[in-house]
Amino acid sequence: MFPRLVYQSFRRQRRRKLLAGIAITLGVAVATAMIAVAADIGDKINRELRTFGANIVVYPDTDTLDVEIGGVNLKPPADGAYLEEGDLPAIKGTFWRHNIVAFAPFLPVTADAWLAGHTQRVELVGTWFAHPFRYGSDNFSTGVRTTNPWWKVDGTWPADDGNDVLLGEALAARTGMHVGDTIKVGGRELKVAGILSAGPTENQQIVAPLHVAQELAGRPGAVRRVTVSALTKPEDALAHRAALAADPQKALSPELYDRWYCSPYVSSIAYQLAEAIPHSRAEQIRQVAQNEGVVLSRIKGLMLLVTLAALLASALAVSAAMATAIFERRQEVGLMKALGAGNLSVAALFFTEAGLLALIGGCVGFGIGIALAEQIGKWIFHARLAFEPVLFPVVLAVAVLVTFAGSAASIRRAMHFSPAIVLRGDA
Amino acid sequence: MTVATNRRQMFLRLLSRPVLVRRGRALTALVAVVVAASVATATLNLYTDVQAKLHREFRSYGANIVVTAKDGSSLPPEALARVDAALGPHGIAAPFAFAVARTAAGAPVVVAGADFDRVRKLDSWWSVTTWPATLGDALIGKRAYQSLTPKGGPLDLTFQGRTLHVTPTGILTTGAQEDSRVYLSLADFTRWTGIEPSTIEVAVAGSPAEIRAMIGTLAAALPEADVQPVRQMVEAEARVLDKTRATLAASTAVIILTAALCMLATLTASVFDRRKDFAVMRALGASRRTVSALFAAEAAGIGLAGAVLGFALGLGIAAWIGRANFHASVSPRFGIFPEVVIGSVLLALVAALMPISMLRKVQPAVILRGE
Repeated sequence: MFPRLVYQSFRRQRRRKLLAGIAITLGVAVATAMIAVAADIGDKINRELRTFGANIVVYPDTDTLDVEIGGVNLKPPADGAYLEEGDLPAIKGTFWRHNIVAFAPFLPVTADAWLAGHTQRVELVGTWFAHPFRYGSDNFSTGVRTTNPWWKVDGTWPADDGNDVLLGEALAARTGMHVGDTIKVGGRELKVAGILSAGPTENQQIVAPLHVAQELAGRPGAVRRVTVSALTKPEDALAHRAALAADPQKALSPELYDRWYCSPYVSSIAYQLAEAIPHSRAEQIRQVAQNEGVVLSRIKGLMLLVTLAALLASALAVSAAMATAIFERRQEVGLMKALGAGNLSVAALFFTEAGLLALIGGCVGFGIGIALAEQIGKWIFHARLAFEPVLFPVVLAVAVLVTFAGSAASIRRAMHFSPAIVLRGDA
Repeated sequence: MTVATNRRQMFLRLLSRPVLVRRGRALTALVAVVVAASVATATLNLYTDVQAKLHREFRSYGANIVVTAKDGSSLPPEALARVDAALGPHGIAAPFAFAVARTAAGAPVVVAGADFDRVRKLDSWWSVTTWPATLGDALIGKRAYQSLTPKGGPLDLTFQGRTLHVTPTGILTTGAQEDSRVYLSLADFTRWTGIEPSTIEVAVAGSPAEIRAMIGTLAAALPEADVQPVRQMVEAEARVLDKTRATLAASTAVIILTAALCMLATLTASVFDRRKDFAVMRALGASRRTVSALFAAEAAGIGLAGAVLGFALGLGIAAWIGRANFHASVSPRFGIFPEVVIGSVLLALVAALMPISMLRKVQPAVILRGE
């Protein structure tokens, strides 16, 4: 009898069920889409924040002080220590290698250059543009094109194994050099492949493939510093404690140390980089590293609160729809009660119907919501939004709960009507 | 009493009685409208205000404009005053002067003069143990500290034959070139070296267009200097902000659309429920127009009341989100009030008239029989 009542109710009252179902479906769809977007926005914005540039710098641990003002290096060339270019692929062997988006080595050299007819002292910086390398069995490619996405080149990017260079735009404007011209540095002829527009420092420099700078400096395989762009987690109390300590392994208890070491804080990634590259130290570049945490938590917080508001709104909308749908049926309740049905069986019927509606609407709504989230991810971030499969049962359970909650008050009221009054149509 | 006033009174009575008698039904319809209107108000408010809020957050990244003296000289003495005047309350500027000095051991070190009060505001990421309070105190970069005075004792720095005795009071960590430098107060630095500031770092909050405009203003105010944007900051900020705004816009669109459709479904259901009222009125001789007008007026009333309540609630939600997330209130935008009201009333009308137009085709007798 009971299944038949439910079945007939769905068959006969298609319009009513449809309207309540639409409200549930839409509510679940917006809830799913918002949860999926809010859950993944942190990762997506973190990647976008990498456009601010590298957040970790690795340099030799016995290096002397940098003597640099406004992009002019005044450090005597014989001074200081170097890292080995051959050690760099080990960066891809650290625990958090998947969080390391890119890195680029730098070797500055001060040299006499023959530019547009006269000789002058210039800064030449050797680096990787998009250098391919192997670590283990995997091939990677990295360099300034990924670490410094704000570098704009008028012309073409040079190859990492060639003799083409980039000329800073201020230097190019001062000397009147153009793309395709040839310059002479330290007896080598270099072709200008492009004019670089970057920061005030680089705009005064020549940017060359790393091997050119190494040959000019007479130091094959040498690198002055490496900048690393890593996806990090905003710092919390644990990260602050570790950052303050000279040696986190001694300062923290073993469990805390493990937790710190296995979290992608900028400090723990820097620590592991220094472990991976011999005779090196790694520091976070605080301007980038500290601020991205603030921006990231603000954006995540914003989306979380908007999601919360959307969830509340959809819960209320579903409740209102269910209340309307049940209120309409008080005559049915009257009839059932007049025929001898108890409050319990009436409530059971309504809750079963509401539950079925919630399940159907929840499934359809979840599908629509995921599709919406996918579209948002594709439009805005040109990437898929990762979503947790566990979301499905959770959303479904919440949909059923909200539907029940929305129906409960109306069902209770419907049960309290005296059947005679309702059937007369006076209620 | 004339027939016309009688009719009007009857119409008003028909309009108000169902709301009073069947409060539950009117209430659920109202809730549906309030939810849609408040969600629309809150998200639209946030969407327009969030840009200004995030621009402010991004200013913690420090300077996005750099003013430098041309070809290595110094800026004119009143340069900072002119920059401050051009900025007004929209940004902060900090002057810097640089020189290469030698330590007692003969090692070269970059010494900078800075206005510490301004630097603290501009470069909030500088990690400093103790900021210098009195003249003669110095801030020493972490690497300079480790290599020049590992025990923290005073330093003798020589520039062009003049020696300055400095006491490092605080250690500075940034992870960049600052770590290799010694920072003095600008007054100490200028008295010692005779060098005036050559660089002014400027942080302006605003969109890329506003920053470009500020660069133009600064360049006009200081024709003897180079005024350049810090592309790294300006471009990255624009990019992150664009993505955030686009996400918020997409979410706003999805939320408003869904709330509107939900409201439509609920209101339609509640009007359908009253098909017997409709049939009774028709059977008693009311014209189709009168009945439609009655239902439309009721829907418009609910739409209007819901929109006003929802607007107030939405402003409250937006303000709460602003306070919880940005620790600053979202300025209420009363400009969207007409849009919210018109949208709610229109939707309510559609929700009422759609079922009515379907019911009009059916004979009242059929409805009253319950078929």
